[in-house]
Amino acid sequence: MVDNSTDGLAGAVADAVAGAAAGGAAGGAAGTSGKRTGALAAYRRIVQSRVRAQAGYRVSFATDIAATLLTGLAELTEVYVIFHNTPRLGGLDFDAALLVFALANLTFAAADLLVGHCDRLPTYIKQGRLDVFYLRPLSLLGQLITSEVSLRRLGRISVALVVLVVALARGDVQATATTVGMLSVAVVCGTALHCGLFVAVAGLQFWLVDGREFANAFTYGGAYAAQQSSLVFPDPVRIFFTFVVPAAFTAYLPTLVILGLPGGDFADPALAWWLPVAAAWVWVVALVTWRGGVRHYQGAGG
Amino acid sequence: MRGDLRTYWLLARAGFRRQATYRLALAAGIFTNSVFGVIRASILVSAVAGAGAAVAGYDARSVSSYAWWGQVLIGSVALWGWSEMADRVHSGDIAADFLRPLPLHLTYLAADLGRAALALLARGAPMLAVGALYSGMTFPAAPTEWALGLLSIALAVAAAFLGNYLVNCAAFWLVEIRGLTLAYSIVATLLAGLFVPVHWFPDWLRLVAAATPFPSFIQTPVDILSGFAAGPAAWRAVAVQVGWVLALGVAGASVTAAGRRRLEVQGG
Repeated sequence: MVDNSTDGLAGAVADAVAGAAAGGAAGGAAGTSGKRTGALAAYRRIVQSRVRAQAGYRVSFATDIAATLLTGLAELTEVYVIFHNTPRLGGLDFDAALLVFALANLTFAAADLLVGHCDRLPTYIKQGRLDVFYLRPLSLLGQLITSEVSLRRLGRISVALVVLVVALARGDVQATATTVGMLSVAVVCGTALHCGLFVAVAGLQFWLVDGREFANAFTYGGAYAAQQSSLVFPDPVRIFFTFVVPAAFTAYLPTLVILGLPGGDFADPALAWWLPVAAAWVWVVALVTWRGGVRHYQGAGG
Repeated sequence: MRGDLRTYWLLARAGFRRQATYRLALAAGIFTNSVFGVIRASILVSAVAGAGAAVAGYDARSVSSYAWWGQVLIGSVALWGWSEMADRVHSGDIAADFLRPLPLHLTYLAADLGRAALALLARGAPMLAVGALYSGMTFPAAPTEWALGLLSIALAVAAAFLGNYLVNCAAFWLVEIRGLTLAYSIVATLLAGLFVPVHWFPDWLRLVAAATPFPSFIQTPVDILSGFAAGPAAWRAVAVQVGWVLALGVAGASVTAAGRRRLEVQGG
């Protein structure tokens, strides 16, 4: 349990911010670069305090990891049950579906570890924790992102990694520039894309305090859509999950490239290389909604 | 006895009203349920198409119906995240609950039935329209089938609630139950047949599911309302639900009694 260490967080932040201020003063002549390293040092100390806080409660940490491991296994079972009944789903066989599952789960769980707590913004607002962020000389979004690191997601990440290795082996994937390049882009930019979705809906939450479930449609809904072959969806839904909430870019399109599969309408393998652009699009939307949300926010009062 | 019933009724009404207060949350729930319904129905319909024929008795229309009736129920049948009772054990507020003259699990159950009724009307019913428009649905034909379906939903809500209650009771013995509740929710969701029908499970997993109360939470009411189970099979399925509600209710009462002996509340 992490919430029982809020005092620890306050202390770490106070130390870190004081350190940052000192760093800024010392590097006064160096100007903004000194300030920036100061802020980075502050974020690093905050994140370190979060990691320590979780590792401190061993049994609790272990059961949390076991629970997210079970989440990954349960989702894998669902894929297995479907392929127990049908040889193909959306043009993919079981091995190809495993690769889609692995990439989607890996990138989503990594994003969930890094920024998944952003969808708890309404709780932060109600508790007045957000107002505290305003008092510190660090960016609001930076503080929200570093306010928690959900290490328990490592359980789900490890399931995804094992499935990834198995899927690559069963698909007999050779290490070429194309496959290695696509895999790296998929893991890095796919994680960034899911992170962007979390931040985008966090921005919306300033308006939707009681409607936080809207957020789940985009974050968890996007992750669920990302786990599927795009071809299971009728055209309008496929276009939505490719060009609006571009979930298809994180797993399905890269899988087409890695396994050399043909795809279909609005699901051309060549699209997969546009993943960095898709991730950038999500982040542009995320920063716009975040800025709008912050301007809209009037404080929790009291 | 009549006084007790009136208390339960008032608790249920309070649960209903409490839920009705948050209009924006209801709108968010409808939206999110629809998005997940679209994804689930697409996958299952596509799976039936991939198999080339009906899978374990499901054709495209009946599997779509299965997916959307599941979305109707998901707001009412609480599979995730109920920890009110565990929180009250940790805060000590549970001591005040024990001063009341009615059994703890039944008072909570009454409030949850009220919550579920509102969720069914406000969040569930719109899914019928979305589902019918998106990929097709089947509805019960006769009034008796509707009545049996609604009874099955009420039993599913009660069984799922009592299951959550039992897990919450672990808080009498353990300091931290987040991992336990999460693990329970994951297993329950899978074996309830929310994402893939229990009828599609390989034999070994179907046997495991049949030994648990979980199919009574989702698969049974969905089978009855979508017409997948009809006639004597439907009545048998409801009888199984009644059995699980009684078993979980008795277990809830005895675990509460054991936990109460164990409980120590500090301060005063």
